[in-house]
Amino acid sequence: MIERRAFIQLVLTHLRGYIREPEAIFWTYGFPLIMVIGLGLAFNNDAETQTAFTVAQQSASHPLVNKLKHDAKFKVDVLPMEQALDAVRRNRTPLVVSVGAGGGFEYYFDPTNPEGRTARSVVDDALQRAGGRADVFPSAEHKTDAPGSRYVDFLVPGLIGMNLMGAGLWGIGFSLVDMRVKNLLKRLIATPMRRSQFLLSLICSRIVFFIPELLFLLIAAHLIFGVPIAGSYLSILAIAFLGSLTFAGIGLLTASRARRIESISGLMNLVMVPMWLGSGIFFSAERFPDLLQPVIQSLPLTQLINALRAIILAGAPLASQTTAFLVLGTWCVASYLAALKLFRWG
Amino acid sequence: MTNAVTCRQLFKRYESGKKAVDAVRGLDLEVRRGECFGLLGPNGAGKTTTVEILEGLLAPTSGEVEILGQRWGAGRDHELRQRLGITLQETKLLEKLSVLETLRLFRSFYKEGIEPEKALAMVSLQEKASAWVRKLSGGQRQRLAVACALVGKPELLFLDEPTTGLDPQARRQLWEVVTDLKQQGNTILLTTHYMDEAERLCDRVAVIDHGKVIALGSPRDLIARLGGEHIIEFSLNHNGGRVIEPAFFSGIEDVRSAVQEAESYLLTVSEPHRSIPVFLEFLRKENLELKSLTTRHVNLEDVFVSLTGRHLRDD
Repeated sequence: MIERRAFIQLVLTHLRGYIREPEAIFWTYGFPLIMVIGLGLAFNNDAETQTAFTVAQQSASHPLVNKLKHDAKFKVDVLPMEQALDAVRRNRTPLVVSVGAGGGFEYYFDPTNPEGRTARSVVDDALQRAGGRADVFPSAEHKTDAPGSRYVDFLVPGLIGMNLMGAGLWGIGFSLVDMRVKNLLKRLIATPMRRSQFLLSLICSRIVFFIPELLFLLIAAHLIFGVPIAGSYLSILAIAFLGSLTFAGIGLLTASRARRIESISGLMNLVMVPMWLGSGIFFSAERFPDLLQPVIQSLPLTQLINALRAIILAGAPLASQTTAFLVLGTWCVASYLAALKLFRWG
Repeated sequence: MTNAVTCRQLFKRYESGKKAVDAVRGLDLEVRRGECFGLLGPNGAGKTTTVEILEGLLAPTSGEVEILGQRWGAGRDHELRQRLGITLQETKLLEKLSVLETLRLFRSFYKEGIEPEKALAMVSLQEKASAWVRKLSGGQRQRLAVACALVGKPELLFLDEPTTGLDPQARRQLWEVVTDLKQQGNTILLTTHYMDEAERLCDRVAVIDHGKVIALGSPRDLIARLGGEHIIEFSLNHNGGRVIEPAFFSGIEDVRSAVQEAESYLLTVSEPHRSIPVFLEFLRKENLELKSLTTRHVNLEDVFVSLTGRHLRDD
């Protein structure tokens, strides 16, 4: 009975400490939302279907160029030749078009820049057709930019995973080291408080927050960009719960011996940076060389994000995510066991 | 009835790399139930190390400790903790909890205890009940720390340097709190490097230096051991550049010793009401004119100086 009362008070203490910290609220809710909106707009598909290029001034009145100027698929700038060439060298425009001495078109672009190569093909194709070239055979296009396969769709589960990792590690690690620095951990173990209960309450109060953090970002992305939620909410919550629990454990382990705020900040970065880079938040982790894949795939964040993407975007059932469960579960159990062994109270 | 605290031949050695520091070197203590016992000593004398060993927060290198008839590490630590109240030398409580929330948290760890509101009243912090810890002054924080130690209705209270760093008014407020607790029959062990604090609050004092007890007794006993109980401190107007050694005054009736500190002379006497008239008559005959004159009781600082040749607060 008394144990339960102490447990409730401890959880309340942690919760109060968190919600009374407005900055923490911003980093958990505001910042990821700004990332989603910012990156979602930056990689907006409308911008990608339009081809931009620059025309040299003396060629700007060419009738075929004029046709392209009035085509919504193109965004045409006009500059004097010297400035236009300068712009393509500085990567401010992918392609410069001018009419050569023989009356044909000349293209200036950097062949190592994919955007330049694309612009060259697309513009050349459009000019040739406008000039009367006929297709040799008919072709058909099937566009795959339906919701679920755009960059923003790819991004949202990645950011959710990143957020769960950051919140778990900081939420646990930072508050523990803060308490240790203040001598508060020592003060608490001078009371009859059960140590296991203290750690459990910290984890529980941390876990409570994963639900609003997850749903907030998911629903905001759904409403703003129409990011689909194909899988069941229960499956999403289940895998996010395991992820949160795991990162809380890693946070506990990271903070188990640090005695200063500076050292915990450094340790946190040491733990998180490899996952920020390798776990496929912003681009697919599969793009790393095969040699690195065993390492990349055994990172907890990689598995969490893989599973989130599969469930949220493709509606995969929870049962299909056995690898994610195994990898996360292993990290989870191992980090708690190690943390309990290493933890320093005084 | 057993003592509240007994420790025998306590040693504590800190090893860091090749350097070893002996913080406590063979310390014996007995604190009786119902008394307020003070560990008095300069910074670095080993007071905090000793107290933390007694509190079960540090393991001694060797020696025996018995708290309320129990030893640490005998499988009943949890039960023992239920009976102790502790303030550490420096604890910062959570800044974003209110005073009452902090006390409710600490109360929840104890099976038996007093209402958090009552603990607040005991340290006169009622009007701050809903204020965040962040908003409290140093003295208020320290009183809250004491209240946190009181909510479990402890049989034995440890206060480690309770007034260090506080302004005089805040110190006096905390002294009132401790005096009240004493009057209610609580057993208190406190450490301090303020001799006035030990003198005012403690029934018995152990003077500690270099990890050992160098004197033990009630403040009055310790002072009495110096011989005289009063000090006449005075300075003289310049008397045509005449140099006067302190020994010049030692012949006066009742003067036990005479020393000079800067411009002042200090005479130890046991009955100032007799010695002062004689002293004044002596000055008149010698044609000396007083610039200042004060008398005070001998204090524990004087005891410490006579035992070690150093002042308590020579840091």
